[in-house]
Amino acid sequence: MTPCIAHHLTDPLLMAYSAGTLPEAFNLTVAAHISLCDECRARLGAFDSIGGVMLANAGTPGMVRGSMEAALAAAKSSPAAPVRAPREPGILPPPVQDYVGGDLDAVSWRSVGMGVRQAILQTKGSATARLLHIQAGAAVPDHGHRGIELTLVLQGAFADDGGRFGRGDIEIADEDVEHTPVADTGMDCICLAATDAPLRFLSWLPRLAQPFLRI
Amino acid sequence: MAYLILSVLFGLLKGNYASGTLSDANYRPLSLFLLLGDPSRFVQRSAYVVCMIDTSGDRLASFYSAHVAIVPRGRAVNIQMSGPLPVATDRPDHDRQSENSLWISCIARIRDDADEAAFAQIFGHFAPRVKGFLMKSGASAALAEECAQDVMATLWQKAHLFDPSRASAATWIFTIARNRRIDALRKARRAEPEDVQWGPDEAPDQSDVLALEQESAQLAEAIAALPTKQKTLIEAAYFGDLSHSEIADQTGLPLGTIKSRIRLALDRLRHTMN
Repeated sequence: MTPCIAHHLTDPLLMAYSAGTLPEAFNLTVAAHISLCDECRARLGAFDSIGGVMLANAGTPGMVRGSMEAALAAAKSSPAAPVRAPREPGILPPPVQDYVGGDLDAVSWRSVGMGVRQAILQTKGSATARLLHIQAGAAVPDHGHRGIELTLVLQGAFADDGGRFGRGDIEIADEDVEHTPVADTGMDCICLAATDAPLRFLSWLPRLAQPFLRI
Repeated sequence: MAYLILSVLFGLLKGNYASGTLSDANYRPLSLFLLLGDPSRFVQRSAYVVCMIDTSGDRLASFYSAHVAIVPRGRAVNIQMSGPLPVATDRPDHDRQSENSLWISCIARIRDDADEAAFAQIFGHFAPRVKGFLMKSGASAALAEECAQDVMATLWQKAHLFDPSRASAATWIFTIARNRRIDALRKARRAEPEDVQWGPDEAPDQSDVLALEQESAQLAEAIAALPTKQKTLIEAAYFGDLSHSEIADQTGLPLGTIKSRIRLALDRLRHTMN
């Protein structure tokens, strides 16, 4: 189930996910990593426990008259949540499948050149999320970031200055990182990437293309 | 029957731990003990008998029979065997831990019997707290009231998904409230990791539930003991006033302990699923 994951989420990201304050694109990427990583799922549970303490200490304003009866009526009027049957294991973790509307074969790829294809996922807020398909052995153009970029590997692997990243690994790159991820030669690499600011490409060609590609 | 076993074993316990752990535990109701003496002997046995005893005296006659568990040999059990337990002086955290057992049983009664009295009981406690939490997160009283009702209705509908070996009742209700807050205030889609669930015929290990309860109570104590400045920062993070880039490392909280506990419960669940 859980592959051998070497690169995990940071505490601030997990805490912000637990608090419910991440932009949607980051929220999705964190949820996708947790689907693949029981270690981070357990760490999230620890942060959720802080939330439990906050809830317990949050104060007790009065409820309106008839509140309990209204909640009970609402509870009984709709059916119990189903015990979800485990979905078919796919390349895309379930949270990503929800956005794509299926597994990998449902993705509408658009070529961005140089062996790289992408599919933007519809998310609201300041950050954007996209799936990247990088041909085996191809490189994503050398780029830096204005904000944070999260890159979760879903198939294959890539390597850059930060190390080697395989399925389930997440790379967290901030403004100080300028990197050229190169996909392993054995297999095409598929990633989910989320950024809270546009990438900053270091050569003029992709920079020109950037507004059109919405990277 | 359970009562009988407990009574007999409690006698043994008193004999074995007349000095040391038990006397310290008098300050800590609902602590977990391994019975029957020297732990080294148990390695040869096929099962341990573990029970939770309310040593506060006045509650001794009303054990929770659900807290007796036969733990198969080879499974890890969190047992406070060595060293005195910390002497807690503030009753609220004792209450927090024993209260959690009550909420777990309420949720089980809702799940098994659609028990409306159990719902009324847990609503009376948690609905105002959910409302208070949402108001501190910036919701108006009216929106917070509406969302609190939704959260409690969701509790009813998802009672079968609650896993007390991975979250206390307060923690689980917090996650429902957190999700409701995202839906209400931000109108954004919300991705969640897929659930990992116990099947209908399986249940989490009772010793895991007890251990998590204890560690959750310790986390609450640790948060209460934080310097005001750090506590304020954590509250700001959870009430939605900090972005992820502003969140600082949380040192001084026993998060590693509770993480390991949840990880253990997850591993068991995965093992069962396979």
